[in-house]
Order: sequence, then structure tokens, then C-alpha cells
Amino acid sequence: MEFLMSIIVGILFTCAVYLILSKSLIRIIIGTVLLGHGSHLLLLTMSGLKSGSAPVLMDNISEYADPLPQALVLTAIVISFGVTAFFLVLAYRAYQELGTDNMEQMRGTESHD
Amino acid sequence: MINLPLLPILIPLLAAVILMLFPKHIAAQRVISIVTAIATIIASAVLVAAVKQNGILTVNLGSWPAPYGIPLVSDMLSALLVLTTSIIVLFVLWYAIYYSDREYESYFFYISVLFLLVGLNGAFTTGDIFNLFVFFEVFLISSYLLIVLGGKKGQLRESIKYVLINVISSALFVAAVAYLYAVVGSLNMADISQRIEALNEPGIISVIGIFFLIVFGLKGAIFPLYFWLPGSYHAPPIPVLALFGALLTKVGIYAIMRTFSLFFYQDGGYVHIVLGALALLTVIIGSIGALAYRDVKMIIIYNIIIAVGVILYGVAVMTPDGLEGAIFYLLHDMVIKAALFLLVGIMMAIAGSSHLKDMGGMIRDYPWIGWTYFIGALSLAGIPPLSGFIGKLLIVRGGFAAGDMIGPLLILISSLVVLYSAMKIFTNGFWGTPREYHGAKAHLATRLWVPAAALILIAIAYGVGAEAVRPFITQAVEPLVNPAIYIDAVLKE
Repeated sequence: MEFLMSIIVGILFTCAVYLILSKSLIRIIIGTVLLGHGSHLLLLTMSGLKSGSAPVLMDNISEYADPLPQALVLTAIVISFGVTAFFLVLAYRAYQELGTDNMEQMRGTESHD
Repeated sequence: MINLPLLPILIPLLAAVILMLFPKHIAAQRVISIVTAIATIIASAVLVAAVKQNGILTVNLGSWPAPYGIPLVSDMLSALLVLTTSIIVLFVLWYAIYYSDREYESYFFYISVLFLLVGLNGAFTTGDIFNLFVFFEVFLISSYLLIVLGGKKGQLRESIKYVLINVISSALFVAAVAYLYAVVGSLNMADISQRIEALNEPGIISVIGIFFLIVFGLKGAIFPLYFWLPGSYHAPPIPVLALFGALLTKVGIYAIMRTFSLFFYQDGGYVHIVLGALALLTVIIGSIGALAYRDVKMIIIYNIIIAVGVILYGVAVMTPDGLEGAIFYLLHDMVIKAALFLLVGIMMAIAGSSHLKDMGGMIRDYPWIGWTYFIGALSLAGIPPLSGFIGKLLIVRGGFAAGDMIGPLLILISSLVVLYSAMKIFTNGFWGTPREYHGAKAHLATRLWVPAAALILIAIAYGVGAEAVRPFITQAVEPLVNPAIYIDAVLKE
């Protein structure tokens, strides 16, 4: 199971890198979202995917899934959610001001020498 | 008393939350944020004194015993960094009160600076690797707001790149923590260190070490990962730039110091060789940039990169001398970079431009600013009585002691480049024929000069009083050289 998940994480990272290297800003943001998904999935996978019940304390159950990475992923998800929301608004504002979403046209050179 | 390490995090956090209730009352915002910064300085000074007296202080949040809860660990290094950070934030806030427009201030400026302080102090104090990630995000999200606040075209363009780079490095941080957790099964830094030693599997640990180097190198702008820094730091207004230049890259350096002294020391130094080589390349790249530009902001920005390289070289040699020099230089560099950005900001306020071709002869009308800048530039380069000297001396001596010839020589040559680039601003900006200045804020020059001069005074005191500071630095080096001290302090029960 970990093997399969590792492959999926790898595919997510590949797609993320491909999208981040593209010209359009919205594709780049989609890429960062995929990168976030990949690293969250990696965090769950790396702590082991052995079968056990959900980490809720109940009678008659001795095997639980590791609760720690679930807490970590929950934290990481809300953080990347906040950052993505900010990034999307930033992209919208930049589109309004600069009139383009093409990263090639966003080179900042006019003030440097 | 036992909760002392929490105070530098809690005070600005509470103040920031309170300030959010009335963002448009600028007078109240100013007063409360200045008072908060002073209170944070007092708390962190008390913290430094307490650490000096009692050794490493730890607080287990929620009273869960060490490897299970989140510990806050104040050793001397983190206490000194917290103190320096709070001091810089105070003076930059003071400067910003005069520098900023009222409208700018009413859009949560002080609140984000205080949250930045929360994140930085937390990142310096935490003893848990995932908590470090969270505090990184706290100050990064504040920095996203600060870099784009004002919404000029250049700012929007550059902040997109800044946010993108940091989103990527945060995702990589999560992935690196995932790998580390898979190998050792713990998040507490002291516990991780112990388990890595017991594990004795240098291969995978080296890989994770390089992974962490990439993550923290992206934050700290080391050689192949520095490319985002010059553009991004050119965009925001001067007070924000001073905060970023003085503080943000230094957290990356601190994280490298901490993780490399605690986690990645048992693999025969492979990771440290990589770190040393990258540090020297960083120095070279920074030097080239500092020589190439005639834009005052860009010159100081590239000097940040040089300093990052110098400090990391001191860390990479891993001798007590080298580390002591690195810490000396780290604290010096935080203060002096903030001061220089503030001074350069005054020059820009007078001239209305950041390019040297629009400046000249300022010494006639603004002699105090000129001579303050002169002292700052000498201090940056490391002229003996001033603050940059002792750190670089120790780093160079540590490098020679470790049997490396090229590194120390390169660092000595880079000092010449630093001196040349900083003096280029002085000779072209302050000497020469006076010009007509059209800066809109020229009338503020004297008021802006006071906080900058105060920072320079601190830097001078730090250099002249190196003998008094030395015991603190020596104590800060101990847990870096001998991780057992840190581990024992955290896992004592």
C-alpha cells in the first residue's frame, strides 16, 4: 500500500512541478495546490498505512492508526488553505493592476540597472 | 517564572490580537505596538539573564512530558536571537511611524509586524520540528502581507514570486518532516537527535540532511537558492525591507545551525562539506552582485547574501571557534543590516530615488547621516573596534584551524568587496557635487535618523564591548558543539 501511495505522491509532485514551470499564473497556483496535496499525502504515507481503526478511543479495540500524522496533516492543510486563498487574491489583484497573468511579462527589470 | 520563554511570543501575540479590534486608530496602534516591542525587549532581556544563570530553560506546554508534548527551549543562542529580534523590531517600528503614510498604517501594518515578531520569536524558541514549521508559516504569512501592502505594481509582481517560492519551500518542509518522521518516529528535536544517534543509518540521514538544507536554504538564500531574494526585497518599502533583510533570512540560518548541530553530525561530515562549499559560493555570488549594482538598495541586499554565506561557512567548519564566530557575526549582521537599510532609506527619502546617479554631496546638508552611514559601513566590513570584526576573525581562525585555506581567504577577500560596495554608496552619495533633491520626505531626515543612529550605537557598543558579550556567546556555542547538553536539558525528566 505504501508503495502505491508513493507512486501517487510522485505523480502529484511531477504534475505540480510541471504546472509551476508553466507561464500562466493560475496554472502555477494549481501546481502549488497539487504540491500541497502531494506533501500531505506523503506525510500520511510515511507514517505507515497499517490497518487499524480510526484513532478514537473505544472499548474492545487495540490497534489504532497513528494519530500524530493526522494532526500534522490537519495543521498543514489549514495553513496551505490560508496561503492559497491569499495567493489567489494576490493573483486576482495582480491581474487587475498589471493586466496580464503571463509570468513572462512580469519580469521586474525597469527599476534595476 | 518557569514560563519565561513563552513571554516573548505571548506579549506580541496578545497585543496584535488586541490591535486588530481598532485598525483605524493610528495613534493607539503606534503607542501600543511601541509599548509591546519594549515589553518584549524587557521580557527577552530577563530571559537572557535567566538562561545565563540557570542554563537552558524548557517549558513543556500543557505539562506533557518531553517527547510527547511541544517543548519551548530557550538556550543562550535562541534567547540572544529573540532579544536581537525584539530590539530590531522596536527601532524599525519607530522609524516606520515617521516614514509611513497614515493610510498605509491603517491597513494592519503594525499588526502584521507584531505577528512577524511572534513567528520569529516562536521559531527561535521552539523545540519541536513541526512546531518550527508552524512558526515559519506564522511569520511568512505576515511577511506576505507586509511585502504586498501598498499594492504598487512592482510590489504585486515581486510578491507573487516571493509567495510562490515560499509556498514551494513550505511544501518541501512538510515532505522533509514526513521523511524524518518515517525514519525516527518523533518530532521533538532532542528526541530526534537521540534516536538518530541510536539508529546509526548515515545514508538516509544524509539525504534528509540535504533535504533540510534545501528547505532552509530557500528561506535563508544560500547559493543556488538565492535567486528570489534580490527582486523580492527590492519591492517593499524601507521599514519592511529592513525587517526582512535583518530577520527573515536569519531564521533560515538559525534553523540550519540547529538542525545541523542536533541531527546531521554523525555521518562523517558529508553534509557539512556540502554546506561549506555552498556557503563559499554564496559569498562569491553575493560579492559579484554587490559590485555590479549602483542601486543603493540592491547593494545592501547583495550584502545580505554575502553575510549569509559567511555565517554558514562558520557553521560548516563546526569548530567551537567557527561556531562562536558565526553567532557573533549573526547577531552583528542582524543589527547592522537593519541600521544600514534604515540609513539608505533616509538617503532615498532625500533624493527621491534609490539610484546612486541621483545622489551626491549629501554630506553638506546632512553631515550626521553621512557620518553615521560611514561608521555603519566600516562596521559592516569588520574594521577592528567595530562589531563586524570579532565574528569574522573567529570564523577565519576556525576555518584555518579546520585545515581549510581557501575558505578563510575567500572570506577575507569578500570583506574587501563589502567595504568597497558600502563605500561606493558613501563616496557617490555623500561626497561629490551636491544636487537638487526632489525627495518628498526630505524634511523627515532628522527624525528618521534617530532610530537608525540608535541601532548603529548598539552595533558600536556590541563591537567595543565584545569582551562583555563573549561569555554569552560562549554559552550559546556549548549546546551546538555538544548536543548532549541540549538533549539532557529537554529530556531531563
